[in-house]
Amino acid sequence: MFTSVDDVSARLATTGYLASPAVATTVFLADRLGKPLLVEGPAGVGKTELAKAVADVAGARLVRLQCYEGIDEARALYEWNHAKQLLRISAGRDETWDATRTDIFGEEFLLARPLLTAIRGTDPKVLLIDETDKADVEVEGLLLEVLSDFQITVPELGTITATTRPFVVLTSNASRELSEALRRRCLFLHIGFPDAELERRIVRLKVPGLEETLAESVVRVVGALREMDLRKVPSVAETIDWARTLLALGADTLDEAVVRDSLGVLLKHQDDVLKAAAKLDLGAV
Amino acid sequence: MNSPAAQTGIAERLTGLVGALRAHGIRIGTGETVDAAQALEALGLADRERLREGLAATLLHGEAQRQVFDPVFDVYFPRRVGGPEGRADADRDALRDRLVAALAANDEAMTAQLAVDAVNGFGGYGSSPGSDGWSSYQTLERLRPQTLLARVRDTVRAQNAVSGFTDRLLEDEIRRRIEVFRRQVATEARRRVAERRGRDEIATRAVAPTSDRVDFLLAGRTQLAELRRAVHPLARKLATRLAARRRRAARGTIDLRRTLRGSLSTGGVPMHPVLRRRRPVRPELVLLCDVSGSVAGFSDFTMLLVQALHDQFSKVRVFAFVNRVDEVTGLLVHGGTDPRGLAARIRSETTVTGWHDSSDYGSAFGEFAERYPDAVGSRTSVFVLGDARTNMSDPNLAAIRRISERARRVYWLNPEPRAQWGTGDSAAPDYAGLLEMYECRNVRQLSALITRLLPV
Repeated sequence: MFTSVDDVSARLATTGYLASPAVATTVFLADRLGKPLLVEGPAGVGKTELAKAVADVAGARLVRLQCYEGIDEARALYEWNHAKQLLRISAGRDETWDATRTDIFGEEFLLARPLLTAIRGTDPKVLLIDETDKADVEVEGLLLEVLSDFQITVPELGTITATTRPFVVLTSNASRELSEALRRRCLFLHIGFPDAELERRIVRLKVPGLEETLAESVVRVVGALREMDLRKVPSVAETIDWARTLLALGADTLDEAVVRDSLGVLLKHQDDVLKAAAKLDLGAV
Repeated sequence: MNSPAAQTGIAERLTGLVGALRAHGIRIGTGETVDAAQALEALGLADRERLREGLAATLLHGEAQRQVFDPVFDVYFPRRVGGPEGRADADRDALRDRLVAALAANDEAMTAQLAVDAVNGFGGYGSSPGSDGWSSYQTLERLRPQTLLARVRDTVRAQNAVSGFTDRLLEDEIRRRIEVFRRQVATEARRRVAERRGRDEIATRAVAPTSDRVDFLLAGRTQLAELRRAVHPLARKLATRLAARRRRAARGTIDLRRTLRGSLSTGGVPMHPVLRRRRPVRPELVLLCDVSGSVAGFSDFTMLLVQALHDQFSKVRVFAFVNRVDEVTGLLVHGGTDPRGLAARIRSETTVTGWHDSSDYGSAFGEFAERYPDAVGSRTSVFVLGDARTNMSDPNLAAIRRISERARRVYWLNPEPRAQWGTGDSAAPDYAGLLEMYECRNVRQLSALITRLLPV
């Protein structure tokens, strides 16, 4: 898919995803070694965006499996279409039992869920398994076969093996420790907050109307907030929101009043706001 | 990389790196090592930072391992070999001037180069011409980069005349840049020492362990601060584990009466087993913490952690003691946002010491049993945190026996290594005979114990 690390950064940039060197290198390796990519990091740094950008670049279809507590085989792998099977049985009343039996467990009656969709067919695909940590531990077991061999076993049909391997991205917010078995099948990538230079480029890209100097100030203030001991530090998504807010307010430069009034965009807890205001000398909020 | 000799060199280096990481407790299988070799092949050796990311992606399984990986990587894949030409440039003031310029421009490549020069110029000690060793401490002592703050600030201000809102952030930013420089010096000194003494030794000895393996009793100020920051993520993780345990426990046993009644509709065949419903009782928790100087770091951390877990319990009460005991539950609730001042506030706002300042478990337990008899009931689990060093006073086993008779369970978490229990003034074996005492030396052990011991 990619020829070099620079190729990854350049092509991801065309879709509007500015990758840090770590991201570009790991994506390149995931493609080259054919291994799934496990992405961890705080909320709002672009874990899901990365999968979308890769799909966009590769001209592949994005297949998404959103994990949640209680997700099971029927939602993740496949399910037999019982209603259709019943219809088939009642339609073919005069058939022999053998004909019906072999027929109703055919591909036609199989409802493919994301994991099966991703490994069937020949067109390139990107499989995004979002918020893997939200799923129960048992689901990780299901994933193991898919992630290591890219195959799924359906008892009635046999084993379905991928002809073209999908590019797999798993994301996790680390609310639960993923199992060692799952981790060792993946390349590990931690996306942290970008450095000031990269974040400034991201802000300029996402909020084109913002002036260069203001973008720089925005990034510096956010950087200072991240160093504070806050309950929820602002993420890249919040930086962009704040930049948009400032643009909408028509602010040319930052001053106490502007920052004080718009601090709520960056910080989501009242005690964080108070603490930041004290640290940044904003006066009373 | 073309000749076979060079290739075996690289392979050895990689396995050496993996060995050093394993020695630090990072579990890496052969499969990952092979992946790392493939990554090495795909990326080549041209770009060191890419190689670093590539090896990290293949070898590591978590972000916490990164702080061990980076120094070890620097030792095995050094930026350069040997020192700069000659031992010139030992001019302290010239170096400081260049450092000011580099810090003002925020040029990390330049500060890295200066770190190399600094270690070369000021870090060497010993008598031999090359130097016997290299010390980052000595380099930083002579260079004193922290004193450059004002000069850097003035330089930056002079360069861009506009002083806007962000001007107030400048000093903190410069402090962070200086911190980066200090780390670069440490890395460089480690590299030079590794050249002299062998990579394997330095990679295992001179790299700090991950924060969840740091001994509570040995942790420094920065490490404790790091631990405090880890409280909330850890609490979230533990809460999920406790919830999972609770769910499993709630599945419970078969309710025979209701299963049989239900089976009447199927001709007496029990098709649908009915499980006994459990009343959702949220257990109560009492924490008894020694907050004397010797174990304060451990107690602080555990108190904050349990407080962060408070929604898992119907009632959490926390008591602190040195030689007298007092309740600090209220302080923890208000102190949720400022964990740093906790120890100071406990000292100033409560009575935990009587006539003297050294810990006395016996009288503290006695006072607890007397003053707070209603704190411990049949649903309460009691956790005692402390090293059981009573300073030769009476351990008052009768009091602890009284507490454990009333409580559902009593556990003791001891931050000392098991081998030291019972040495000197430690009454650990005496107490351990009456309740369950566990060694709890670092965050890793603590979280394992909490998942196992906390009642669900």
